[in-house]
Amino acid sequence: MSLTLIHKFTLAELQRRFTAGDVTATEIVRAYFLRVSQVEPKLNAYLTQCKEAALAQAKRLDEALKGWRKTTPMMAMPLAVKDNICTEGVRTSCASRMLDTFVPPYDATVVAKLRAQNYLLLGKTNLDEFAMGSSTENSAFGASRNPWNIQTVPGGSSGGSAVAVAADECVAALGSDTGGSMRQPAAFCGVVGLKPTYGRVSRYGLVAFASSLDQIGPITKDVTDAAILLGAIAGYDPRDSTSANVPVPDYLKALKRKDLKRLKVGVPAEYFADGLDPEVDQAVRTAIEGLRELGADIREIKLPTTDAAVATYYVIATAEASSNLARYDGVKFGVRAAESKDLLEMYLKTRAEGFGPEVKRRIMLGTYVLSAGYYDAYYGKAQAVRTLIRQEFESAFQTVDLIVTPVTPTTAFKFGEKAQDPLQMYLSDIYTISANLAGLPAIALPCGFSKAGLPIGFQLIGRPFEEETLLRGAHAYEQATNWRAKRPAIR
Amino acid sequence: MEITKQDVEKVAKLARLALTEAETTAFSQQLNQIVAYVQKLKSFSTEGVEPTSTVPGQSNVFRPDQVQASLTIEQALSNAPDAEAQCFRVPKIIQES
Repeated sequence: MSLTLIHKFTLAELQRRFTAGDVTATEIVRAYFLRVSQVEPKLNAYLTQCKEAALAQAKRLDEALKGWRKTTPMMAMPLAVKDNICTEGVRTSCASRMLDTFVPPYDATVVAKLRAQNYLLLGKTNLDEFAMGSSTENSAFGASRNPWNIQTVPGGSSGGSAVAVAADECVAALGSDTGGSMRQPAAFCGVVGLKPTYGRVSRYGLVAFASSLDQIGPITKDVTDAAILLGAIAGYDPRDSTSANVPVPDYLKALKRKDLKRLKVGVPAEYFADGLDPEVDQAVRTAIEGLRELGADIREIKLPTTDAAVATYYVIATAEASSNLARYDGVKFGVRAAESKDLLEMYLKTRAEGFGPEVKRRIMLGTYVLSAGYYDAYYGKAQAVRTLIRQEFESAFQTVDLIVTPVTPTTAFKFGEKAQDPLQMYLSDIYTISANLAGLPAIALPCGFSKAGLPIGFQLIGRPFEEETLLRGAHAYEQATNWRAKRPAIR
Repeated sequence: MEITKQDVEKVAKLARLALTEAETTAFSQQLNQIVAYVQKLKSFSTEGVEPTSTVPGQSNVFRPDQVQASLTIEQALSNAPDAEAQCFRVPKIIQES
């Protein structure tokens, strides 16, 4: 098969062709690295490429399969993995100078699951340092660029994964989402990002940012692929005590129904207020009409505590981050500053040299809100407001099955536009962070383009462990619209 | 309430971060801006509301106390900035008298 065709396939198509014997694992690896070599200089999606290892692995698979095609679903599927997810023997830097040379001695559980199915790791993708940011501008190794317009950010923190998927540099990717870090870049890059229910996917081996909010999930070319990849990584893991012992359904079955009859979908007015770009507003409202035409029962709902979400998030996430990042002390792994006269100086200098400005800012804020005299006023208060946000969703989900909202207030913004104003950057997470605070599953998928030709996405939020309903809604919409037909012109 | 440069220095010490003069100035200005924004939490009544520390609401998760395979010493030390004799090496902590 022509190498210039292979990278265009979705995961489902590539699985079909590989299983049928139309394409070999070696051809897959060659095709993808050909594509990567063409577009990567413009995009910078990858921090580490694993070409030699992937070729060797592909060769082994092709030889083992000769004349006898017994495959597992993810066999020979060329994936990219965000560089805050541990891969045994492959550098995992978190886009931080602190972990520049860190090579994990173990796999994250999600990676071990894929490895057990003989997937192909193409490389590790760029992110905002330690997943803190919304643009990849906080990467210590340079930002990634949006394939729809390389003057604009790809979003973040899983920007590299979203770019790699959007520009066909991998068939699908893993990202992580603490406050929107998969859904926002997916929306900016015109692909699908699914944040699972908290506890649906093991966090073992995901470098911790904010442990009560972090989840790993798929970034894919379409909804079917999201269902496939979620099924491959979901499930209980004794190594993550917060992972849920809930059976993993066959997510592909959820895609069989093509209509949305008897599905109640809520529209929260608070998500369509001031600050929402008119083009985004219009595209999302048109998408809501599309859901109605598919048979959904659209209802107005109220989520009045939405206004507190950003403040709640930036107290809780930074508090947890300041604690999680205390482990970077220059002793057990990571860099160590040279020439310290004692242990305290070694800590101070190592952390000053190893962390970038946004990570320092969040450690400072988190330490402040947890410090004596402020704990109750900030951290305690935010935890109580988090309860209000959760309860509000619980009561909304007594009357609706899904909630539909925008993903981002605007389309992808230009480099440098918000980099000097941390609060403005934080406010751009307004529509995505509530799902993390409430632990709910949410999916972002394309619903149009701005006049400038940048992708616009919308979001569906579901009840805990009802990813099937999310996927059903998203898939029915996707089949009825086919925004994916339009691809970025980058080559 | 104003976060002064002295407050920033105190927090930086707690967080084990050596800040430059320029960072201290920038952070005190930015933290003031962010903390001022966070004040809006006060307008939400949370009297009698239980805090959420984690969504699943678990407290303790136990497992059987059994010996399992773990990393070898070599693996555990493989990323150490400085190691010697199967130990992590750090600057001297105890002063000689």
